[in-house]
This record gives sequence, C-alpha cells and structure tokens, in this order.
Amino acid sequence: MNSLKSINRKARRVEASVIAATGDVQALQARGGEGKIYYPMGCTLNFTPGWEVDVSGGTAGLCQPVERDLFDCHLGCGWPAQVPDHLNNAVDWTDKCASAANDWRKVDIVFP
Amino acid sequence: MSTAVMTPVELPYRLREAHSFEASGEKFLYLVPSGAIFSLDKIGKEVLHGLADRDLHKEELVQMLLARGHSAREIEVALAELEQSEVIMRGTAKQKMPTVPEKTFPLQRIVLNVTNQCNLACGYCYEYSDDKISQTAGKPKYMDHAIAEASIDLLIKESADRPSIHVTFFGGETLLNFPLLRSTVHYAKERCALAGKQVEFSLTTNATLLSEPIVDFLAEHQVGVTVSIDGDKELNDKMRIFHDGRGSYEVIVPKIKMLLERHKTNSIGARVTLSSGVSHVRRIYEHLTQEVGFYAVGFSPATANPERLYSIGPQKMSAVLGGFEDLAWEYRDYAVTGRQHGFTNANDTLKELHSGMSKAYPCGAGLGLLGVGTAGDVSLCHRFVDSPVGKMGHVMEGGVDHEARHEFLETHHLGARYDCHTCWARPVCAGGCYHEAFVHYGDTSAATLHYCDWIRGWNDLCLRIYGDIAVKNPAYLQRFDGA
Repeated sequence: MNSLKSINRKARRVEASVIAATGDVQALQARGGEGKIYYPMGCTLNFTPGWEVDVSGGTAGLCQPVERDLFDCHLGCGWPAQVPDHLNNAVDWTDKCASAANDWRKVDIVFP
Repeated sequence: MSTAVMTPVELPYRLREAHSFEASGEKFLYLVPSGAIFSLDKIGKEVLHGLADRDLHKEELVQMLLARGHSAREIEVALAELEQSEVIMRGTAKQKMPTVPEKTFPLQRIVLNVTNQCNLACGYCYEYSDDKISQTAGKPKYMDHAIAEASIDLLIKESADRPSIHVTFFGGETLLNFPLLRSTVHYAKERCALAGKQVEFSLTTNATLLSEPIVDFLAEHQVGVTVSIDGDKELNDKMRIFHDGRGSYEVIVPKIKMLLERHKTNSIGARVTLSSGVSHVRRIYEHLTQEVGFYAVGFSPATANPERLYSIGPQKMSAVLGGFEDLAWEYRDYAVTGRQHGFTNANDTLKELHSGMSKAYPCGAGLGLLGVGTAGDVSLCHRFVDSPVGKMGHVMEGGVDHEARHEFLETHHLGARYDCHTCWARPVCAGGCYHEAFVHYGDTSAATLHYCDWIRGWNDLCLRIYGDIAVKNPAYLQRFDGA
C-alpha cells in the first residue's frame, strides 16, 4: 500500500483484505504450494488441439479467447500462445493500455 | 473485471474513528474498532491532515494532493486503500459492534476456589473485606474431591473441540487445600489423556505455606505460580498481615526465593495490589526483581468502594500512572535493545495491541472462563464465587446454566455498554472489570467510568511504546506473534 504501512498483526490482515478488494486480479499469478508445480488456472496441461483441460480438469476457464488472460500470456508465458509475445516481437504492444478494463480498444492487431 | 458503480450524489470524504499517535518521529494510527495499527506514508499523512477539521469532496482532495506533487494514479490508489482500510469514508457508517457469541461457546479455563479460608487477613481482600460479595455461610470451607473431579469433567465436556484447557487453583489461600490440588492435577491429567486434550495448571498463593515438597510437585507438573506480594517489608506489611497483625514479609520471602530456585518449568510472577499506602511502583518493582528475584511483576489497584480508607483514589492513581509510565519507558529501552523486561502490565498490553484485539467483553469471565466455589456452584469468575450475582449453575446439578450465561453475555456485551461507544480505547478495554463495576456502582454491567482517563492514558502510552519498538527493533515484536 502506498499511503499506509501495516504495523501490527491486525493491520496485516486488513492489508490483505484491501489488496484482495482493490488490487489487480491475482488468480493467474498465484503460486503453487511447496513441492507443487505451478499451473496457472486457464493454462492447459494437455496441448493436443481439441483436448485441452486445465489444472482443475475443466475446459471453461481455458485461455481462449485471448482477452481472458491477455497479460498472463503476453508477459509471463513462454508458450507460444495466440497473443503477441512481449519478449521478442511485440515489446510495446500494450503500452497504451494501462488498464485492460478501460483501454482494451487500444490493444491493436499485430502483423508479424 | 469489475463494473464501476456511479454514486448519484458524491458524498464528501471524512475521517473514521481512530486514535493517532507519534513515535520515533513517525505518525501512526490506531483504528477503532478494528484494532489495526498503521504508520502513515507521506500521502496518507496529507490526506489525514486535509480531513483533520473538515470534510472534503473527492475533487477538493484530489486537487490538494495534485498540488503537492502526487500523480493522479497515486492519489486514486491511496484513496481506495484508505477507504478500504476504514481510515476514511464517504457519508456515514453504522457503528460496527462485535457479535454476541453462541450459547455453546466452548469453555477454556476454570478457576477452582479450593478453599474460602485464608491464613492472612489482608485489609483489601475482596473475599473478606467490607466490599465482599461472596456469601460463604453454609458453604464448606474446603472443596472436596467429588466437586473438584466433577469440575474437571465439566470443563472437558464444555471445552468441546478445544485441544487445550487450563485449570487455575485459587482461594482463600490455595495451599491450605494442597491435598486437593495434588489429587486434582493427577485426575485432570488422567481424564485429559483419555479425552485427547492438553491440560495446563496455575495457582495463586500468598506463599506462606510453600515447602520444598510442594514446590517440587508444582515444578514436576509445570504449574504456573502467581505470588501475591506488595513490595519490601514496610510496604508489604501494611496490608498483607496475619490474623494477629504480624506482617507476612519475613515469612514469605525465604519461601519465594526457594520457589524461584527450585521451580523452573513454568512462569512464576509477582502480583502487587496497590492501595492508598502502597503506590510506590518503581520501588516495589526494583525490590521484587532485584532483591527477591522475580522475573515478572504485575500491578493492580485494589478493588474497593471509594469510601474505604485503603481505596487508592484519583490522586494516587495519577501517581501510579506516573510510576507505570516510568517503568514502561524502561521496558521500551530494554525492548529496543532486545532485552527482556519484567513489567508484566506493559508486556500484556503490548501483546494485545500487537494482535490487534478488538474485544466484545473486557475479559473471559462467563465466556471461556468460569469459577467454581467450594460447594460446586459455578460462577462468572473466581471473584463472584459464592455470590448470588453471576451464578451460572452447579458442577454436579445440571452443569453450566447456559441460559444464565447467555443472558449475562447479552446484557454485558460491548454493544450494550453505551458509555463506551465513543471511546477509542474500547477495543482493548471493552468496559472494564465486572467485579470492579459491581463494587463501585452495584451493577456488573456498568462501565468502570472512574478508570476511563487512566485506561486511555495507559493505552496511549503503550501505543507510543509499541510504535517506538516497531520502528527501532521490529524483530522484538515477533515474540507476540504466537499469542
């Protein structure tokens, strides 16, 4: 938080609830527990087209269409997803998009 | 993705309830009722300063902050955080009160008054003095095994799924009935082993009857010991006397030293009762730690009707707060250099502030704790044992009277103590001791208003000390994390 710093235990709990309520969507950045492999919800475990399931065994939350988890695929994912990759080919693709909710129209088509 | 909701009329921002304080050059907020403690960064301080004496609409607040060089994004985030953390709000909010617990709230501790007899005749004793509320006529002088065992069984049953329970032995003078204490410890361990629970023990004693075999038993069974003693010979012997008027100091000190020497398996603390002639906080603390050898010393003013000669009175109480302040700063100095200090009052308050406790009740009486008298009557706590006030059943005849207990909890809840609703110290105080209220006002549900200034002064002091420690040696506070 930029205006307050938590000092006691209760404040740390309040901070956690504030982050949950006001922070960016965190689900795709959640880490696996100790000894567990991290699979973001929305990523498939099985890459055979037509057979994709996610870590929960479902298909409803998979990362297609791309707007569902634009940033996770664009920024953090090494898998060649159907979005321009941030590392090599479309470094400034989302520069004009500070908030996906408001600025999604500014994310334009990329021609390789 | 969330949808922004437009408020038809935008209400101005205002500060919510909080107590602000400074420590080590930083500004802190103690939020009420959550009990959260935050330090304020630059933008947080500016928002608070802006709202200190007037409400501001969002545009006014944003303009003020933009003029001070903050970016629009930074301001947006800060206002959302401050609102979500309940530092500021728009419009009005209904006052939040903790809820009344379920009727079946599990018991954690019982206090067994194993005897109502005592070999001392301390002037301020709430069991014998002019303010006594217990009616022991017709009640046995000593608790018997059947009652003690039924009490343990009741505690195990009423503790539901709690993994650990606690038995406190109390009196009268507890050690006048040591045989019962010994057999009850064995019985409780046996029953708890069968029930799969941990059990801990503690006792309060005047130390006159401590002997090596007794101390060895207490050490073997890890019984925590609280010793009542009021300081050096001159101070202790003002009130803590035998029935023939002799002081107890000379008798107890060699026994206490033997106790401290032989018993290392649980905490041993001194408990000082302050009265009109005994209010020398530092002198008592230094004597008990340096001369007698205690590691922990706690102080409490005698509960007394203000008409009593030994009643401490407002003037002496402010002197006592001065003494507390002196010791509390010393505690701070020890803490910032990572050393242990034995001033229990400061330690206990800091522990509560660290966890951010927000109490619905001033203590566990009637909630997780109940007292049991020599005849087996269950009461609100050890101070109400054998009193018609606060009676809550019988260990053999029907067990805990859950209706009486629930009614007590409803009528004594912070929500029903209207005097407390505007006080910033209510998360830690919640209205004060029921016994103190009964002796002073004849009503257990009254807030102990004669202590309000004192309580706020003490908590403000402890908050500043907490802030100092948080800035200078935050690692020290980790010791309170498990609490």
